[in-house]
Amino acid sequence: MNRKTRVLGIAAIALTLAGAALGTYAIAKPAEVVIKVVAKRFDYTPNVIKLKKGVPVTLELTTKDVVMGFSAPDFATRADIIPGKTARVRFVPDKAGTFTFVCDIFCGTGHEQMEGTIEVVD
Amino acid sequence: MKRSIDRRDFLRLAGLGGAVYASGLGGRAWAAGAATQDDFYFVQLSDTHWGFEGPPNPDARGTLKKAVAAVNALAEPPDFVMFTGDLTHITEDPRERRKRLAEFRDIVADLKVKNVRFMPGEHDASLDQGKAFQEFFGATHYTFDHKGVHFVVVDNVSDPRALIGDEQLQWLAADLAQLPKDADIVVFTHRPLFDLYPQWDWATRDGAKAIELLLPHTNVTVFYGHIHQEHHHETGHIAHHSAKSLIFPLPVPASQPKRDPLPWDPAQPYKGLGFRVVEADVKKASYAITELPVQKG
Repeated sequence: MNRKTRVLGIAAIALTLAGAALGTYAIAKPAEVVIKVVAKRFDYTPNVIKLKKGVPVTLELTTKDVVMGFSAPDFATRADIIPGKTARVRFVPDKAGTFTFVCDIFCGTGHEQMEGTIEVVD
Repeated sequence: MKRSIDRRDFLRLAGLGGAVYASGLGGRAWAAGAATQDDFYFVQLSDTHWGFEGPPNPDARGTLKKAVAAVNALAEPPDFVMFTGDLTHITEDPRERRKRLAEFRDIVADLKVKNVRFMPGEHDASLDQGKAFQEFFGATHYTFDHKGVHFVVVDNVSDPRALIGDEQLQWLAADLAQLPKDADIVVFTHRPLFDLYPQWDWATRDGAKAIELLLPHTNVTVFYGHIHQEHHHETGHIAHHSAKSLIFPLPVPASQPKRDPLPWDPAQPYKGLGFRVVEADVKKASYAITELPVQKG
């Protein structure tokens, strides 16, 4: 193999690798987001969860005091949050907009005000 | 049918007439001509929230008493009165909860009609799994029969997760299994059995299982409370009717970001509050619902 052939071969390999890399990029899944949400009587922190449409999210849910619920009906997602444990819900926000999440376990006098919003942008 | 017309006449004569809603006109075969059956009517009151205090109802300590007086003023007494939950407003103090239940019991003892039935709402029962409620009013789920109609009271609040629960669902299945498929069945419950608006917690998590058990029966009507407004919905052939509150109205589902009570209107006090009379046409397995205000005006 002369030098010219060797250079052409290296260039071909480089192009192939670049193409493969581009291909990989084109089909890559969006990075998954993990957000910690802490519940206590009678609120969530954060109570506004900002997400990007199509990007999967895992919410890690804990409670500081009593058993709570987390329900986001627009994404068919809910969980019981048990003291001392971490509950995880994973979903892909498939629509943009502002959506409500609520506590769906009756937890005390402020239960009916225990809610937050999920804001999904394109 | 003459008697039905007479009842509507007396409502109009009493100046209490409201919108009449007919439900369940499917009819059935087995009841026709049965000697033991007769048309009747009952009163549904809901969500009295005794113990609530706040701007949404400046007459919180008077509204229930006015409603009792309005029921007593009906020209013809109902066969029975049903309270569909949230008799009291939530408190985390067990002694205060019992005090409110006792006061509620004493106020409604003034009803002339003595056939009065109760069931809990989440404000009464979800923090102690119905313990205090049962001390005052007995079982939280039960059945009774009246003039050919089978009434089933379903508890979807004593479990704070808004679950009926497998045990009660098995009880319901066993009860329904004893009935003909065209039996006239009325279900009382507090929360909606269907997903009315889960974003405001207006649902029963396993309510679909109860509906599945009820669906094989051709004449089923559900009366419930919880959402503090009149609402009518059908799941298949089953009609669901929610009642107004006697403390404050809540907004139409999804009509605003939060489910905050609608403000009291001094120009129209008690607007959005009320109770209903339900007239059963037993032979047709149908129900005419008339919404009545707390007071005339």
